[in-house]
Amino acid sequence: MTEITLTKKDFTSDQEVKWCPGCGDYSILSTVQSYLPELGVPRENVVFISGIGCSSRFPYYLNTYGMHSIHGRAPTIASGLAISRPDLSVFVITGDGDSLSIGGNHLIHALRRNVNLKILLFNNRIYGLTKGQYSPTSEQGKVTKSTPLGSLDTPFNPISLAIGAEASFVARSIDSDRKHLTEVLRAASAHKGSALIEIYQNCPIFNDGAFDSLKDNETKEGALLKMVHGEPIKSATHGLVHAGSSLKLVELGSVAESDLVVHDVHNPDPSYAFALSRFSNSKLDHVPVGIFRDVERAEYGSQVNGQISDIIAAQGAGDLKTLLTSGDTWTVA
Amino acid sequence: MAKPVVSLDQVTIRFAGDSGDGMQLTGDRFTMDTASLGNDLSTLPNYPAEIRAPQGTLPGVSSFQLHFADHMIKTPGDAPDILVAMNPAALKANIKDLPRGATIIVDLDEFSTRNLSKVGYETNPLEDGTLDSYKVHAVGLTSLTVAALSELSLTRKEAERSKNMFALGLLSWMYHRPTEATENFLKAKFGKKPDILAANLLAYKTGWNYGETTEDFAVSYEIAPAKMPAGVYRNISGNVALAYGLIAASQQSGLKLFLGSYPITPASDILHELSKHKKFGVITFQAEDEIAAIGAALGASYGGALGITTTSGPGLALKSETIGLGVMLELPLIIIDVQRGGPSTGLPTKTEQADLLQAMYGRNGESPVVVLAPATPNDCFEIAMEAARIATTYRVPVMLLSDGYIANGSEPWKIPDVSTLPDLSVEFAKPQEDFLPYLRDTKTLARPWAIPGTKGLEHRIGGVEKADKTGAISYDPVNHDLMVRARAAKVAGVEVPDLVVDDPQGNAEVLLLGWGSTYGPIAAAVESLRANGENIAQAHLRYINPFPKNLGKVLEKYSKVIVPEMNLGQLSMLLRSQYLKDIIGYNMVRGLPFTTAEIMEAAMEVLHD
Repeated sequence: MTEITLTKKDFTSDQEVKWCPGCGDYSILSTVQSYLPELGVPRENVVFISGIGCSSRFPYYLNTYGMHSIHGRAPTIASGLAISRPDLSVFVITGDGDSLSIGGNHLIHALRRNVNLKILLFNNRIYGLTKGQYSPTSEQGKVTKSTPLGSLDTPFNPISLAIGAEASFVARSIDSDRKHLTEVLRAASAHKGSALIEIYQNCPIFNDGAFDSLKDNETKEGALLKMVHGEPIKSATHGLVHAGSSLKLVELGSVAESDLVVHDVHNPDPSYAFALSRFSNSKLDHVPVGIFRDVERAEYGSQVNGQISDIIAAQGAGDLKTLLTSGDTWTVA
Repeated sequence: MAKPVVSLDQVTIRFAGDSGDGMQLTGDRFTMDTASLGNDLSTLPNYPAEIRAPQGTLPGVSSFQLHFADHMIKTPGDAPDILVAMNPAALKANIKDLPRGATIIVDLDEFSTRNLSKVGYETNPLEDGTLDSYKVHAVGLTSLTVAALSELSLTRKEAERSKNMFALGLLSWMYHRPTEATENFLKAKFGKKPDILAANLLAYKTGWNYGETTEDFAVSYEIAPAKMPAGVYRNISGNVALAYGLIAASQQSGLKLFLGSYPITPASDILHELSKHKKFGVITFQAEDEIAAIGAALGASYGGALGITTTSGPGLALKSETIGLGVMLELPLIIIDVQRGGPSTGLPTKTEQADLLQAMYGRNGESPVVVLAPATPNDCFEIAMEAARIATTYRVPVMLLSDGYIANGSEPWKIPDVSTLPDLSVEFAKPQEDFLPYLRDTKTLARPWAIPGTKGLEHRIGGVEKADKTGAISYDPVNHDLMVRARAAKVAGVEVPDLVVDDPQGNAEVLLLGWGSTYGPIAAAVESLRANGENIAQAHLRYINPFPKNLGKVLEKYSKVIVPEMNLGQLSMLLRSQYLKDIIGYNMVRGLPFTTAEIMEAAMEVLHD
């Protein structure tokens, strides 16, 4: 086997990047470009498929195979590709509107099937490309062009939704934290099956500073509940403890360190990850970041292809003449 | 003394009963036995959208019509010569289609006051004289079946369920059908339930013996085999023929078949059939909705598979945006629309041809696709391969318009010699320097099919307008105009065979021009018209976009062109706009195929105008 020695530059296309100055997408792009050499997959076997929205321009800026498809439908196209071409590494790039509004149905079904897709959901809690309407993750009461008196919709919690859809890998990271995002990408790539990564992403034009509490040095250490497998889940000020069948947020010092929940990403019970997901609210005062859930479950494409190889092993490959002449036939002389 | 045997040249039988009475199965078995005898045949199943409407009611009536003959035929028959009615509802729902003098066999046991009143019969039609002009055989199908099975340890209800086999046995005796294939079929079907198998076999045999012994049936009938070209035959429906054609296309092209589909009547049987054939490497993906189904197919095409999606009218509407993406990406894609009555949910189990304009134009922007339409159940096999040839050669979505009539109807099919099937092999783009993903082939105008995994061809595509050659995003006005025209020119330039006109005398004034499933009744009408001394030409379009190159000349040659369609004139509209030729439309939208007599009448009006 020849050593693959690619660099970030090899994954950078010749296209001029056209997001707004200050957009969180820049740092995500840079992190992904830097990570891809480490993936260890030849460039030609990497495919990025996106839907519609600001983030969905992403594939143009990567020198891999890529498709900028239609609104909400990227998981469908990516599913067809990943199932029929198990040799490829297929990524889906999507936003909160693309994957949770128009494409909500496809997202949940890709996750429940556990197709081998790495889904990067850029959540900026706003519609950017259509110029500033509220999105399905916008906090209730959001004043936007389409909701001058405030939005009425209860927002989706993408992590809770994914866990409810039987996702086998669910994680959250932040656009500006390259190191953390890289770690999450690494774990997602090692996971067999669907991986959903919610990435909090700043939109400097229509929802600027939405995630500042998680980025400002003064507040972030208190707000980020860091989830690391095998370690207690806590921020600088708070931690999680078991409370009956659920979890409870407590101030550090009010309980013994040994009472804090030790994170287990492989916990087979989805209600554990679900309970974790409920701590991220619109106020963003206590937000779990890291991997919520990483469990083994049969990957869809390999099962599809397994049914085919099994029947061929048992009965031999299909023969067209035998097929056409099967059933009741008769001969006219 | 042996009963007399009368020879007939053709017969049309209709089996009708409650949707739980097994009429489709009964019809299927009679069809298979008739096929194996060498008669030519054509079938028309007709069933309600409800799976089990309330028992004994008119909405619950399901029927199966079979036309068979000692010569080549084109349709399932205009009107039945014999109706088997398993209950008063089946009689009431079908009697209007029966010519006087026809034979009716009814299950006498079902003609109770309660059952009669359920369907609005105030008096018993078997007794009140309303059936005097028919030959009626009132047979206790249920009681005779139950009596015959009394030795078996079955409940009455279980025993009653075999009455359709009694009816099949009786009809098989009447028309001298061989019994071996049906017996084998029953053994295979009920092999694991010996009681049920014994009941079905005994009911079938008792029905046969009843015909032979009872005085009620004085004669039986023989229909000699039809003179058909030598070869091995099987009976096939349009949906199965499409599935086989797609598998053949996959084998002949070396491409993996990927079907993305969402269940919808009357297209689901293609999904069912293909899902049986995984040993051909076939992937069937039952998606969460119509949009996901075509999305997955397009994704598979992008990866180098033969991407196919199957649906019916409402589903096609949902797929529109993705078809547009296919037009923009210039990738191969096959979209099969088995048309049904519309708009909206319309008539799910009935046939129609009203999706033609949707297929042609039902997308945003200038979004041309190739449109093909099979003429008969048999033709579905060949046209599936044609769809694959065009889609892969020109890298374009191809729409294939079948309909409920040919999808479920069946006829004998001369099984082709596999060695004569066309070579559909394709070439993917090879590794190269300075790859241009939208550099067109000078002859076909197709762009390269550059599949992921090919080193050095990494490129990005998408639904945003592409720059000529490079495929980069382009909002340039001149480029957009160029690309719109290039995509149109590519579809317009697809090579399709010339339209063949059947005009034996060469000087007919009137042309009957059809498309899709109307072939059968049009061809049958033309045959009868000519037998009556009329001079009329016939042609049938299988290629609708692009039209055959000689179509304009053909239209010019005839002073009058009649186009029968099961819509309000959609092909007529296309012909008028493209060729400035006036067209005489003959249009009906009743959810039923045309009868031969209707087309003859319409043609006579024009011929003797």
